[in-house]
This record gives sequence, structure tokens and C-alpha cells, in this order.
Amino acid sequence: MSDQAVSLSVPSGAAHADALGPSGPKPRHIFSRRNIFLYGTLIVAALYYLLPLYVMIVTSLKGMPEIRLGNIFSPPLEITFEPWVKAWSTACTGLNCDGLSRGFWNSVRITVPSVILSIAIASVNGYALANWRFKGADTFFIILIVGAFIPYQVMIYPIVIILREIGLYGSLSGLVIVHSIFGMPILTLLFRNYFTSMPEELFRAARVDGAGFWGIYLRIMLPMSLPIFVVAVILQVTGIWNDFLFGVVYTRPDTYPMTVQLNNIVNSVQGVKEYNVNMAATILTGLVPLVIYFISGRLFVRGIAAGAVKG
Amino acid sequence: MSKSERPSRLFRNLNAKVASIPMILTALVVFVGGTAWTVLYSFTNSKLLPRLNFVGLDQYYRLWATPRWLISIENLLIYGVISLVFSLVIGFILAALLDQKIRFEDTFRTIFLYPFALSFIVTGLVWQWLLNPDFGIQGVIRRLGWTSFDFDPLYNSSIVIYGISIAALWQGTGLIMCLMLAGLRGIDEDIWKAARVDGIPMWKTYLFIIIPMMRPVFITTLVIIASGIVKVYDLVVAQTSGGPGIASEVPAKYVYDYMFFAQNLGQGFAASTMMLLSVMIVIVPWAYLEFGGRKRV
Amino acid sequence: MAEIANPSVSIQNLSLNYGAVSVLQTLNLDIAEGEFIVLLGPSGCGKSTLLNCIAGLLDISKGRIFIKGKNVTWEEPKDRGIGMVFQSYALYPQMTVEKNLSFGLRVAGLPKEEIAKRIARAAEILQIEPLLQRKPSALSGGQRQRVAIGRALVRDVDVFLFDEPLSNLDAKLRSELRVEIKLLHRRLENTMIYVTHDQIEAMTLADRIAVMKGGVIQQLDAPQTIYNRPVNRFVAGFLGSPAMNFIEGQLEAGDAGAFTADGVSIPLDRYEFDKDRGSAGKPCVFGIRPEHVAFGDAAKAMPFTAESAVEIVEPMGSDTLVWTKLGGRNFSFRVEAEKTLRTGDPIRIGFDPARASLFDTPSGNRL
Repeated sequence: MSDQAVSLSVPSGAAHADALGPSGPKPRHIFSRRNIFLYGTLIVAALYYLLPLYVMIVTSLKGMPEIRLGNIFSPPLEITFEPWVKAWSTACTGLNCDGLSRGFWNSVRITVPSVILSIAIASVNGYALANWRFKGADTFFIILIVGAFIPYQVMIYPIVIILREIGLYGSLSGLVIVHSIFGMPILTLLFRNYFTSMPEELFRAARVDGAGFWGIYLRIMLPMSLPIFVVAVILQVTGIWNDFLFGVVYTRPDTYPMTVQLNNIVNSVQGVKEYNVNMAATILTGLVPLVIYFISGRLFVRGIAAGAVKG
Repeated sequence: MSKSERPSRLFRNLNAKVASIPMILTALVVFVGGTAWTVLYSFTNSKLLPRLNFVGLDQYYRLWATPRWLISIENLLIYGVISLVFSLVIGFILAALLDQKIRFEDTFRTIFLYPFALSFIVTGLVWQWLLNPDFGIQGVIRRLGWTSFDFDPLYNSSIVIYGISIAALWQGTGLIMCLMLAGLRGIDEDIWKAARVDGIPMWKTYLFIIIPMMRPVFITTLVIIASGIVKVYDLVVAQTSGGPGIASEVPAKYVYDYMFFAQNLGQGFAASTMMLLSVMIVIVPWAYLEFGGRKRV
Repeated sequence: MAEIANPSVSIQNLSLNYGAVSVLQTLNLDIAEGEFIVLLGPSGCGKSTLLNCIAGLLDISKGRIFIKGKNVTWEEPKDRGIGMVFQSYALYPQMTVEKNLSFGLRVAGLPKEEIAKRIARAAEILQIEPLLQRKPSALSGGQRQRVAIGRALVRDVDVFLFDEPLSNLDAKLRSELRVEIKLLHRRLENTMIYVTHDQIEAMTLADRIAVMKGGVIQQLDAPQTIYNRPVNRFVAGFLGSPAMNFIEGQLEAGDAGAFTADGVSIPLDRYEFDKDRGSAGKPCVFGIRPEHVAFGDAAKAMPFTAESAVEIVEPMGSDTLVWTKLGGRNFSFRVEAEKTLRTGDPIRIGFDPARASLFDTPSGNRL
């Protein structure tokens, strides 16, 4: 049989079998057993992961009577935004009744300086460790990394004493310092590994040109490390925003971050439980890290992978 | 070449040393100093204020005689085993499913990982609501007609720690999945091809070839999960505040309560030292395996 | 191309595209029983893709694949009667060499004695008996590649597929293993399909070479034919090191025609045209390999000679490459290592246009 005849007998695109036997791609059914199992499992798992988010949103949009009578999974019959308004501006914790807004602004005032300070310190540390190895530097670095695994409970009280000595116990600045300290191990590791992976020649060339420690850092390393800064910001904003332990230990009721205030609102023993307000407050607290997560996508994954695998 | 011209060693790389002061201070004062301080004071009878009045191992004897501590330890063990086993198994299975060159991989990954962006407080409160016996899952199913259906883990002392574990798994499995997926993607494509040419079924390839190859990833993941387990605190506070009674207490909460509420610092220090000890049991062998053999940090 | 009566592997109208990107374009290739075929080409030419299609590791878009007369287009890799050796060896790292060799056989449910027999034979052929109880991490690169070959060997198959098996080895080991693969082929007499980007491996191992580019087989021929009569400018330039000299110019009408470029006129009466030579003034490229250029007294006897001056001398040990100018282009030729030449020395070079290649400039095809 000539080539010509064979090619004529093969219709374009489709899998086909004739006298010569099968040709083209092996036919695959969309509903093969493998696909049903694969996508079935994934969809069931995805539903399980999405369920709490769905219930949170649905509950926060219902009125209390509807919650008492209805089903937590059913969509709201009458959508109301009142729970959101209440959660934000009038929900009570103890004597204060100005809602979560106070906690939100406290968290902003904690998170922004903590992120900037911790990243500034850690990037310089990482740079010094990667490019200016001095005697003993590695020892401190190892202590730092091992320290990342020490339970915070062991160091909580000594830090209380230190902060009290310098007069920052209970203030937002004190908490900023605590976050910078405990963010240091992972961030330093992140920056050190990133700077180590940059070509050594670049650093040598800059030194030959007469640039010093800060010159090289500001003019060469910083501009080239934007991606890792983004990763670090994602890591820190979510980490600090979500912190509860340090917030509850190192701040006073009027400087409580959002997570602490949320817990106090929801778990307060006085009054009637308003589940819709609680869920609205919960979503509000989770909103900042969620928005960061959905915007940053792959960078978030890279951040936690870098932070976790090598930490 | 005169000796006097050589700059003192202290001043070499001076800028780098100055820049490293925060790191050095953190490492020495907070991590080493703080830990040593707490361990030292755990041998004293400090109450409201730390006092260097040594009483030997008294605090430890008292600790291990306190029912609340024993329950905390028991809870931590149950919670730890469940977290380890299920997050490794589920995380690996999800990663393996995502690794099948599927459509919408990014969507699925985004869904599995988003709870990890949420705090333990948010996680705990959502699951407290879902597991609410009147309005939550139990209530819904009872109202559907199955009136004897029982699912109220947060209000049942004997299973409350399992209820907390469900929330923890929901929050943390996505991370494990991501680590496992990174590990799977790191495996040479040719290995898969060789196994296909050899006619080895996929599940056998995973079991006998891929999983043994991923040993380092598993060990690292194990360490990450383990160090997270010991720290568990916020989740319990948000979900049950340790209740019902003291049924869901955990060591981290014990430490916090004794230091800041019970005004019994010595107990808090002893308990935190025990936590440190348990972490060391996991970390030291791992660090030795990971960094001891090769000089690579 | 001669028809092959009972091809061991036959590829008919094979195409592969990913969406709009065409990776392999309507390939046809018949491989005889016991033949050693090398797929040669630069990276991205589709040679490894073609091998993966033959192995069944990639789904094809169109066409058929026959192995031993059986249509295997839809068969799983394990049912195709092939064994494969990979560039990265792809040994199972947690298993001993023996387990690596036996794992597939045990999964297939072969009796124990049969497995032992096959492993013993493979180990004997590849001389890896002392290594059987070791793990791959305890082996050298060359030993690992031997084990990888062994894994294909124990499958007792008709066709061996090699995917750049020597690229991860250093130069010395590569040439050693090259010889061993050739000996293995002589001993087993299996059909072998071997992918490489290394022209020396291709020239030394192949019965026939398929030179590929852009998902198309450019030329399929015995190594010497490909070397001496490349069908187009790409094949001419890809094979041979140092590379062929190319001079751009045009055809001149005349008794037998000539090639002219920038003051040089090369008579083409001895050149064997492939097809019709085309009209005068046709732009074309003249190519001649450096080793086909004579120098000094020997050049005088050649049909074409020219005077020039030495520009650069590159001693290579076994011989020396000399660079000069011809037809306004850089032009290189080989001389014995003993010759001492200096930059600026006047020289006479010459060659026989019968050994040259002439390509149409627009299409690049041989004239």
C-alpha cells in the first residue's frame, strides 16, 4: 500500500480504526473510570473545603429568626447586611461597644510597621549572611533557625520582662518588636537563600567598583530582589494579621488586634448569641489574608513553600 | 609588611557586623537567653513575680500530678497522631490527584489551600458554628428526620479533641498538599516513563518507587507538622476555650493560663520547659540527619 | 530509499500537535530488523518526542505505529515489546540493582527461575555481576547507565529505545560506552533506535541516521551518504566538526557551468548535480568540508586552486585548522599538525568540486 492511500484513509483529527488497525490518538472517554474517580474525589474534597466559607457567608446574611428556624446550609430567604454593620461598628466586647472596627485599625497599626521592620531587618541579615560572611555569623544563624522551632511559650515571659524594662509592655510598639523578632528566622532564611542564589560575580564586580556594604545592598541587591520581597510581604502580612497569642499577651484591651477582639466578641458569655453577627465578624477578620491569598496566587504558594520546606 | 598596618579583626566587615546586631541580639538574648531564663526559673517557686528561690523539681512533680496537665498531654497526643496521620495521608492523596495533569489544577489547589490563609481563630469560630448541636450539622440532619443522629463533638468531653482536630485538618491539609505536590513535581519525569515501560501499575509506582524517593520531603513535612502540633493554642481557645470543663485543654493553654491568670509562674515555666523538651525530641534527631552529615544549612 | 520488506518498526504518517503547535509532521519511517537507527538533530527538533511516541509514552495525533508487524498505536508501553534507556538513567533509587532489574518482571508475574535466569544473563552481558546488591547511589555514572541498559535487556524485547543515554557522562566515559553499545548491538542483533544530538555518536553507531529538524526528517541515509551528500544546507551545516565552509554566490552559464562569488569562479564540470541545475544567475551556496581542501603542492593538482593568505591558525593536536578568506568569506581547511604556518603567510589552496555540495539559496536544497 502506498503512503498516499494510507494518508487518504485517515480522516483528520479523529481516532480511527480500519483494516490496518487503530490509528491516531487512543480514544479516551471523558467519563472513563479513571476520570470519574479522579474528578469525583477532587470535587468532593473541594466541596468539603468550601463548605465552611459558604456557611459563613450565608449565615452572615440572614436575620436571627431565620437562623433559629432554618438550616445553616440553606441560602438566605431575605438578605440583610445588618449583621455586617453591627459586627463592624456596634458589637460589644466587655464595656466597649464600638465593634470590630477598633480591632481592625489596631491590626493595621500593628501589621504595617511590623511587616516593614521585620523585612528590613531580615533582608539586611540575609544579605550580610550571604555575601559578607564574618566569623561567627553562621553560628548566630543556626541559633536563629533552631529558635524558630522553640515553642513561643518558652520565650513569652522573658520578653514580657524585657518590654516592661524598656517601657513598651502593652503598647503597639512592643508588639511590633515581638513580631519582628519572631519573623526573623524564616525571613532571614528566605533572603539568605535568595541572595546566595544570585551570581557571586555581581557582588564581586560591585566591590571592585568600590561599592561598600550599604551601597551594594541598596543599589544592587534591593532592585534585583523584588519578587522575594513580595513573597516576604505576603508571608508576614498573613502571619501577623492572623496572630492571636502575641496579641493577647502583649497588648491591653484597647490595643487588642482584630483576632483577639473577634474571639472576645464571639466567645463572650454575656448576652444572647447573635450567630449572624459572629459570622460577619469572622469573615471581616479573615478578609485581609483571604484577599491577599486570592490576589497573590502562586506567590503565596511559593512563600509558604519557601518558608516551610527550608524552615 | 608591618603588623600594625593590619586592621584589627574586630573591624573587618564592620558594617556587616553592625547590620547583624538585631539578629545577634535576637539569637542570643531572646532565643538563648529567654529559653535559659525560663528553664532556670522553672526550678523556683515563683508565683506572681519571678523569684530566684530554688525548690528543685517541685514544680515538675506538681505538674505531673495535676489532672489538667495530664489531660492536656493526652489531648496533645491524640491531636498530634490525628494531625500527623490524616494530614500526611490526605495531603499526599490530594497532591497525587492534582499531579495527574488534570484540568483546573490551579482552581483546585486554590480551594484546598485557602483555609491556610485564615487564622486559627477564624477557623475555630467557623467550625464552632458548623458543629453547633442545635443549628449545625447535627441540627440539620435531625430536622431531616433522623432524630437520633448524634454529632456534637464540641460538647462531648470524650470526643471534643477530635472535633478540634477536624478544624485543624481543614485548615492545615492544604499546606501539606502543597509541600507534597512540590515534592512530586521534583521527581524526574523519566522515572515515571521507566515505570510505565516496565508495566508497573500506578499505585505500585507510588508505593514502591515515588514515596520512598520522597523520604526527605516526608521528613521535613513531619517536622513542620510536629512543631505546629505542640504550639496548638488559638484553635482551642476559639473553638471550646478548653471545655467542656477541662476536656479540651492543651499544654500551650496551660502555660498561658498559669502565667497570666493563675499567677503561678513557676508552674507555667515548668510546663513550657516540658513543651520545649518534647519539641527537642523531634527536632534534634532531624537537625542531626539534615545538617549533621553534610555541611549545608 | 529501498523498500524494507518486513520492517521491525514502521511509522506511518505520524503527526503530533499540541493545539496549534505541530511537533511532528506526517513522519514516515521504516526500520529493518536488527537495524541501528540514530535520530539526530538539535534540541527541540522532535527526536525525543518521536522516540516517546514509539514507546507509547506520548499520545500521537495522527498516524500508526507498527512494531514487528503488529499495530501498537493504542497499546500501553509495556505491551509494545520495547525496552527503553533514559538520559537520566531513571533507576529506582531505593532499590538495589538486582531489584531494579527484576521489579518489572515480578510485577508482570514471571516465575522466579525465569527472572533469575534473565538477570544473570543481563548481568553477564553488561558485566555488572559485582554490582547487583548495590544501590544506584553507590554506582558511578557509567555503571548506572549499564544498569539502565540492563533493565531494558531483561525485558527480552525486540526493540531497544535509547533517549540520549550518554549525554550525562563525561567525554572519556562517553566514548567507552559508545563502543560498548556498538558491541552490544552486534551481540544481540536487536533493532535499536537511538536519539542523540551528538554527531560523533550518530556517525559511529548508526546503520542509518535520520537527521531531524522542526519535526521533520530531513534526511535518512547511511552515515557516509549524509556526510558526503547532505540533502540540504541544514544537514550539511549540522554534521561535521569543524563545520563545512559555505560561500554564497550564483550559478554562471557556461560549458558546464560555474559558481562565482566575489572574484572567485569555481568550475562545476565535475560536480554531480542532483536535479536540474536551474538557470544562470540563480543564487546558491557552495559548500566544501575543511578536510576536502588541499594545500600547498597538493593543491596544484586540484581542478580548482586559489591564492590566499593565512589569517588564523588553530592547532588541534591531531591536526591544525587554518583560517583564510575565499570569495570574501572566512574559509577553513585542515593541514597536518607538523606544518608550521604563521598569520600572513601566502598560501595556495585547492579542491575538487566533485566533493563539494551546492545548495539553492532560497530553499537550501541540494542542487
